[in-house]
Amino acid sequence: MSKFFLFQDQKKCIGCMACVVACKSRQGLPRGPHPCLVVTVGPQWVGEQPRTAFTFMPCFHCENPWCVAACPTGAMHQRSEDGIVTVDPDLCVGCKTCISACPWGAPQWNPETGKAVKCDLCHDRIEAGLKPACVTVCPTQCLYFGTPDEIPEVRRERYAKARAQEN
Amino acid sequence: MQEQVYSLCFMCSVRCPIKVTVDNGQVQFIQGNSHVPGIGDSICPRGVAGISLVNDTQRVQSPMIRSGPRGSGQWRQVSWHEAYDYIADKLKQITDAYGGRSVLLGERTQLSTHVSKTFLRAIGSPNHFTHDALCKGSLNTACRSLLGYTDGQIGMDYANTKHLVLYGRNIFESIQVKPVRQFSEAMEKGARLTYIDPRVTVTATKAHRYWMIRPGTDLALNYALMHVIINESLYDGDYVDKWVSGFDALCGFVKPYTPDWAEGETGIPAAEIVDFARELASQKPHVIFHCGYRCASHENEIYFRRSIFILNALMGSIETPGGMFFKKGPAEAGGKPVRKLTDQDLPKPSDIRFDKVGTPDFPTPDPNHGVAQMMPQAILNEDPYPLKALFAYRFDPLSSIPDTNYTRQALDALDLIVSIDINYSEIAWYSDVILPESTYLERMDSPQQANGPKPQIFLRQQAVSPRYDTRPGPVILQQLAERMGLGEYFPYTTMEELVDWQLAPTGFERADFKEKGFVAYTDQKLLWDRKTGIKFKTPSGKIELVSSLLEEAGYPSFPAYQSMSRPENGADFRLVVGRCAQHTHISTQNNLYLNELVPHNSLWINAARAEELGIKDNDTVEVASENASGRIQARVTEMIHPDCVFMLHGFGHEVPRAERSYQKGVSDSLLMRNVTDMIGGSPALHETIVSVRNAGEKP
Ligand code: SF4
Ligand code: SF4
Ligand code: SF4
Repeated sequence: MSKFFLFQDQKKCIGCMACVVACKSRQGLPRGPHPCLVVTVGPQWVGEQPRTAFTFMPCFHCENPWCVAACPTGAMHQRSEDGIVTVDPDLCVGCKTCISACPWGAPQWNPETGKAVKCDLCHDRIEAGLKPACVTVCPTQCLYFGTPDEIPEVRRERYAKARAQEN
Repeated sequence: MQEQVYSLCFMCSVRCPIKVTVDNGQVQFIQGNSHVPGIGDSICPRGVAGISLVNDTQRVQSPMIRSGPRGSGQWRQVSWHEAYDYIADKLKQITDAYGGRSVLLGERTQLSTHVSKTFLRAIGSPNHFTHDALCKGSLNTACRSLLGYTDGQIGMDYANTKHLVLYGRNIFESIQVKPVRQFSEAMEKGARLTYIDPRVTVTATKAHRYWMIRPGTDLALNYALMHVIINESLYDGDYVDKWVSGFDALCGFVKPYTPDWAEGETGIPAAEIVDFARELASQKPHVIFHCGYRCASHENEIYFRRSIFILNALMGSIETPGGMFFKKGPAEAGGKPVRKLTDQDLPKPSDIRFDKVGTPDFPTPDPNHGVAQMMPQAILNEDPYPLKALFAYRFDPLSSIPDTNYTRQALDALDLIVSIDINYSEIAWYSDVILPESTYLERMDSPQQANGPKPQIFLRQQAVSPRYDTRPGPVILQQLAERMGLGEYFPYTTMEELVDWQLAPTGFERADFKEKGFVAYTDQKLLWDRKTGIKFKTPSGKIELVSSLLEEAGYPSFPAYQSMSRPENGADFRLVVGRCAQHTHISTQNNLYLNELVPHNSLWINAARAEELGIKDNDTVEVASENASGRIQARVTEMIHPDCVFMLHGFGHEVPRAERSYQKGVSDSLLMRNVTDMIGGSPALHETIVSVRNAGEKP
């Protein structure tokens, strides 16, 4: 499991995809690959109200990543210091094994370089004291980046606000 | 070497403050300017995608002169020198024969609009117009008729509101970053959202209350709300006593418009209308009935927009925390505003405007913007006089003015069309000369006088050098004026000189913007006392429900409600258009990143009606109006009212060189009728009836 965690408050997400574009622009990607994705379900009626669910899907940086296990060259690897799963473009031979191994469709094919590309949790940005690109730009600030143990606290705070409004 | 440049976005018209990370002369990342309160690092998808605008190889890369017939796509790449010579010679012939008034200049309002206005005045033409009427001309007139200010002088306090009411103002898809961020925070703290639209949008799916209203009947809903508010004395009595004139006339007028009556018009249950009025009354005055943008819908648009302001007035929410407020200028803070070229002593044109705004034929729209959709008929009928040349400055009459074929016919009658543009837009492609402008990331621009509770000045600072042989618009116009012997009103040769000239009276300097991208006149919030100090600019100094502006022009303040016609034929629908989060009007469809997300438009059609017509989801359908037809993919859904179909604005581009968007989807302007709200000034974009049939079938 990665030391870090990306958390999305679905209630606030408006499905604008600023995160998707930010991720692509940071990685300088052409048309095609999208290391993070916003999956839209709906709109559909929930009781009297129309509702849409937007789910933010980057890489989960799994505890035992199948992509890493499957990669024949060692290009896909998990960093020991923080558990971030990244692909080393120098070692990647573009065999697409990781793409078929990941159940979440996280690694993507970059047709320009012929190599795999994926969410690397913007480790260069994190190391520079910045937030990941997707989190940075989100207009509703529904994305939260932190360590897993911070999440319950964030969640609690947001839930408390919602409760206060109901009462 | 990495540096941070603070600037202003221009992917849409909002001009959000941005921070651009530049590395070795390349834009590396774009985010919000967190020095600006309320924005933080946030930016919308279009803003982030600015990076692919700068680097786009499909934009106009150097001046071009047409070498084949108009629209044929045959171009000669020329030097700036040659382009200027060509234009100047042609213009001289035209103005010698027909006078300066035969020249038109249309643009999207922008930071250097004062430069284009000056350019036209120097030529001796009154015919400057902006895209504003197409967007919100009627709103502008409504606002002036009640408050004495234009809509642009009014802001909303999203952060502190208790209830936001939106009529098709799709706040979460037509994104302005600051309001979205502030209002989503307000919602977390308990603010309520009511959304009214014949179509379910993302905003609808976030709302506490959503009404799928019958298209075009929002005015009926508002009259019923007024009825309940007055009947049950739910209004802010002190505020109304002090600030509202014509209240008695309103009381008499709305008597017959009961909730039961409105239910029949709108389809919204009467009891819900009553509940809604009561809820709002309990939250007043911290409520906002949002007056909208891109609110050019119907021929009676002006009265609908007026009704929104009247509801705000009844709630006492104008110039109130959590309501609307008037934007305060530098004078309120004891400062001097940024100077504009139009502040100079310029020649005054003696002719009336091409659109007749300001004459008894068309007295009430704002002459500051003019009425763009009058252009085709003015050209074709030579009424009021012959028009022979058009400058289209980032304004595209072919996709923005309804009825494209009619507009094209008018353009054919012109002797000269010059586009100043970044992209190969429809109009650029149809021009005689294209003068390529540098993108907003490649140029400094005129300072933005940003009025508000804390008046500020923002500066669009250049982030990178131009990728191609392009120039900033104000420099292009200065050079052209110079070439035509009209240089005296343009006291600059570079953007830096222009900015310095403009800043001179303010006491601020260019260097002051380096660190944060803006300067403030004060650190105090300037609010007027809502009990005693609101300075309405109407003749009576009050909110004029009975409007002197309208009545003096011979229009009633409260005409009887007229029911919106329902499409009669079984295959007929009212065409409704709108926006998505990923595109701006007509200008981003070819952007690499945005095109990937939303490559074309589709036609939303109500599931039950689609079934009657034998149309299934994803079928190709033919949608036809009295003007034209097109083929488009159907999106069959329960999420739209049976009376209308919906499509995104701005698709169906016909320019081969803009490869990504070429012939994707259907252009709404092609289908629409060119009809106008003659009091407010907006085109009535939702007055077109279309028929829809499955394109697989033979008729
Ligand atoms: S930027 Fe934020 S609001 Fe927009 S889709 Fe991404 S997560 Fe959702
Ligand atoms: S790419 Fe897939 S398998 Fe690999 S870490 Fe990410 S989610 Fe897990
Ligand atoms: S953390 Fe970085 S790489 Fe991962 S989805 Fe967000 S922007 Fe993309």
